[in-house]
Amino acid sequence: MSKDELNIKDNTSLFKEERYVQQRENKKQFEAPCSEQETAEALAYSKSAEYMEKNFNRQNVVINPHKACQPLGSVMAALGFEKTLPFVHGSQGCNAYFRSHLSRHFKEPTPSVSTSMTEDAAVFGGMNNLIDGLENSVALYKPEMVAICTTCMAEVIGDDLNSFIGNARIKGVISEEYPVAYCNTPSFVGSHITGYDAMIKGIISYLYTRSGIESKPGSGAESGEKLNVLLGFEPYTGNFAEMRKILGAFDTQYTLLGDHSGNYDSPATGEYEYYYGGTKLEDVPQAANALGTLSLQKYTLKKTQEYISGTWNQQITALSTPLGIKGTDKLLEAVSELTGLPVPASLSEERGRVVDALMDSHPYLHGKRVALVGDPDLLIGLIGFCLETGMEPVHIICSNGDVDYNEVKFKDEAEALLASSPYGSEAAVHVGKDLWHMRSLLLNDSVDLAIGSSHLKFAAKDAEVPLVRIGFPIFDRHHMHRYPIIGYQGTLNLLSLIVNTILQQLDDNNSGFNFELVR
Amino acid sequence: MGLNIEENQKLIDDILEAYPKKARKDREKHFQVASEKAIDCGTCAVKSNIKSRPGVMTPRGCAYAGSKGVVWGPIKDMVHISHGPVGCGQYSWGSRRNFANGTLGIDNFTAMQITSDFQETDIVFGGDKKLAVIMREITEMFPLAKGISVQSECPVGLIGDDIEAVSKKMSKELDMPIVPVRCEGFRGVSQSLGHHIANDAIRDFVMGRAELAETGPYDVNIIGDYNIGGDAWASRILLEEMGLRVIAQWSGDGSLNELEVAHKAKLNLIHCHRSMNYMVDHMEKAYGIPWLEYNFFGPTKTYESLRAIAALFDATIQENCEQMIAKYKPVMDAVINKYRPRLENKTVMLMIGGLRSRHTIGAYEDLGMDIVASGYEFAHKDDYEKMLPMLEEGTIVMDDPTAYELEELTKRMNIDLVGSGVKEKYVYHKMGVPFRQMHSWDYSGPYHGFDGFKVFAKDMDMTVNSPVWELVSRKSKIQAEEASI
Repeated sequence: MSKDELNIKDNTSLFKEERYVQQRENKKQFEAPCSEQETAEALAYSKSAEYMEKNFNRQNVVINPHKACQPLGSVMAALGFEKTLPFVHGSQGCNAYFRSHLSRHFKEPTPSVSTSMTEDAAVFGGMNNLIDGLENSVALYKPEMVAICTTCMAEVIGDDLNSFIGNARIKGVISEEYPVAYCNTPSFVGSHITGYDAMIKGIISYLYTRSGIESKPGSGAESGEKLNVLLGFEPYTGNFAEMRKILGAFDTQYTLLGDHSGNYDSPATGEYEYYYGGTKLEDVPQAANALGTLSLQKYTLKKTQEYISGTWNQQITALSTPLGIKGTDKLLEAVSELTGLPVPASLSEERGRVVDALMDSHPYLHGKRVALVGDPDLLIGLIGFCLETGMEPVHIICSNGDVDYNEVKFKDEAEALLASSPYGSEAAVHVGKDLWHMRSLLLNDSVDLAIGSSHLKFAAKDAEVPLVRIGFPIFDRHHMHRYPIIGYQGTLNLLSLIVNTILQQLDDNNSGFNFELVR
Repeated sequence: MGLNIEENQKLIDDILEAYPKKARKDREKHFQVASEKAIDCGTCAVKSNIKSRPGVMTPRGCAYAGSKGVVWGPIKDMVHISHGPVGCGQYSWGSRRNFANGTLGIDNFTAMQITSDFQETDIVFGGDKKLAVIMREITEMFPLAKGISVQSECPVGLIGDDIEAVSKKMSKELDMPIVPVRCEGFRGVSQSLGHHIANDAIRDFVMGRAELAETGPYDVNIIGDYNIGGDAWASRILLEEMGLRVIAQWSGDGSLNELEVAHKAKLNLIHCHRSMNYMVDHMEKAYGIPWLEYNFFGPTKTYESLRAIAALFDATIQENCEQMIAKYKPVMDAVINKYRPRLENKTVMLMIGGLRSRHTIGAYEDLGMDIVASGYEFAHKDDYEKMLPMLEEGTIVMDDPTAYELEELTKRMNIDLVGSGVKEKYVYHKMGVPFRQMHSWDYSGPYHGFDGFKVFAKDMDMTVNSPVWELVSRKSKIQAEEASI
């Protein structure tokens, strides 16, 4: 008997069968549901301008926000360092959530432990949990460094990580030399990007301080002068590869500070390793001698940048995620300026090819009204990309956009960028708003395309707008994170995703006569 | 099958050698090898429902996950506030696949994340005032919401917010049930306490609040089915075909009214005993409603369960039940005939949450597969007592096993299929060991009932026999090592 003969239907088709339709109707007598008319009216009302006004007037309830909490970012940051075990001090449920959330995006394991604090720790503090946790995790998972972040529980009760770690050393659970970095990451401040920053700063400042090295910017490593590069809270492993390619083309020496791409792009070989690379711990103190630092997420890496320019006294070039041709141009100029090396011909050629592709596709992009959702640095990059292709950003929502760098607020920079082009004239930037606000915007002032994470799919569906999944998290599509979106190659990938979504829409909405072979 | 009790005990001892002394002593108590003695006397020495060791990779979650993520979240026509910082609500948003009919954001609020998004000021000054405003705003934004629940996150309990007083006051003002749930994540040792707290809140705030227009002799409730991938629907259809009337479905695709009228049922049918036993116990005491645990995974257990259910009713129902089994058996036999030859004697290791480590055993056995190790994330003693008699001698029983233990067991035993959750899934992909995500059916399903078993059988065959595993050398390497011992 074949599969068809057995008539195996799963949830995609089974519940459309008449017997299940009947079941659904029958169940309603016990649900005391609203009448169909009431539901239809409420749906229509939820799409109205009146509703949108109320929606934008709400002060306290947050509905479908586009942000996660600090320690999630810290776990990702810790995985960027070689043989480093992320260690979450607080209730164990948080750690389970971070591991699941990151694994759902990358489709990869997320090794991370917690101190499993419960009621007694809430009363007496979590010191014993932390000491036992260090002993157990070092014995079992054999990390070369442990990187501790806190949850809101540990923050509210005021656990003192520094003294707890000190006591663990006194008790002999870990040796005096064993590296344990830490940072405070209350979930009620900032978002995942804040936590990412806190852990990167925590790790590099810790490894630098304990090394006893004195920062001499420009003195470089023995092999020559180096550049430090930070990608930030980076949901694309492909972006690390792209950055390596670009820096390789420049033929410059560099240190990536925080490279979690190995952990999130590891091979299936028959062995699970726990640690797949990352920044070498010994390279971190040496990074203090680099000739300068290039940061690709300036709003995300605020404290880290301050530390590097302050304590390490280094020249910093802080950009937002380098998307699009102009964004990549800026990146290459920055590398060129920091290293004194010319932009390599191979990259100029690549630029030409991608510009050519943009020209080929621009008729399908031009004038397309776009809604954007994402983290601040990603949004700056996406706005730039839209403007240079003739797409018109209309609604921009940044739930965690209450950030600034060098006293320039994200919102002001985004608005200035939009004002620099006629294609940005219709745009409004909404900081601190959520995806329920976006739903109202999409329903009341329609766009052609939405760009954002999987969480945007609900609002996009209600408004019947196609969604291009860019950013974090992407739960419902596979392998997107392997394709870079930064650099010229990334620009080509972005373009392909967007133009082919639009072309698919043309086919889907054809009127019969324009279901065309050639586009 | 040749499972050796002593050999497996030694295997466990070897694996636990890696722990520091204190942790090893603790972890030893969480393992048992099924022996005739343990199976016969029905007792179980496995320690359970106690704290996880700090610093190990426990699969467990927290009380909030048990309450909001499992019990309350699927109640579709109420708004569930994730009260506290943004993270908990964000991570539990839509990830448990509690299917529900209705229009999202209009009369169905399941796959949404509604939060008070605590900021530092809320921690310092308290979130009480904000909570009241949030409730008013919810009724503005969602006029068809039938009620509200407040799912407390860690800081709420620590700063001492009086969510009960706010809920009481606002329930009057807004004229709807508003349920405070003290499910802060630090409470208890796992999700399990969250289930209990959530059940108590249902008992205290909604149970018995409404009446049925008419009651009948065949009125039953489905308790403890969360409608993952449509499971509860695939179960309900059998009960209804048998002639029973399901008046409430808890809590997958559930509604407030179903919570409120469930006390009118003649019988409670409980699938996930772990998460809702508190409820059926209470309803038995308070309303005299008897209850029965059933298992709709795999035809053998489904037939058994259907007959056990029918036996509590009259001849009509019993006859319907037999007719129904006669009707579906040929189809189930055909499914088994097709898939059993491909799965016969394949070994399975399970580590799932509450009931599935036990309830799915029969379904695997229907396909000729052998369970060689089974464990729970957050079970209690009674779960192990029920599981042991289902196991072959020599099977490893494990409580709250750590990532390290699971990986070592997989390396050292000849495992053909691992069933666990998303945190474990990709580790096994690296190891080249067939894996099925058994918390959410790996985005497939349903797995319950006769419709569900077809999907289960197809999925297990697809997983075990996929040619992709052949591309990794590990699988053959493990088997070669095993053979050489």
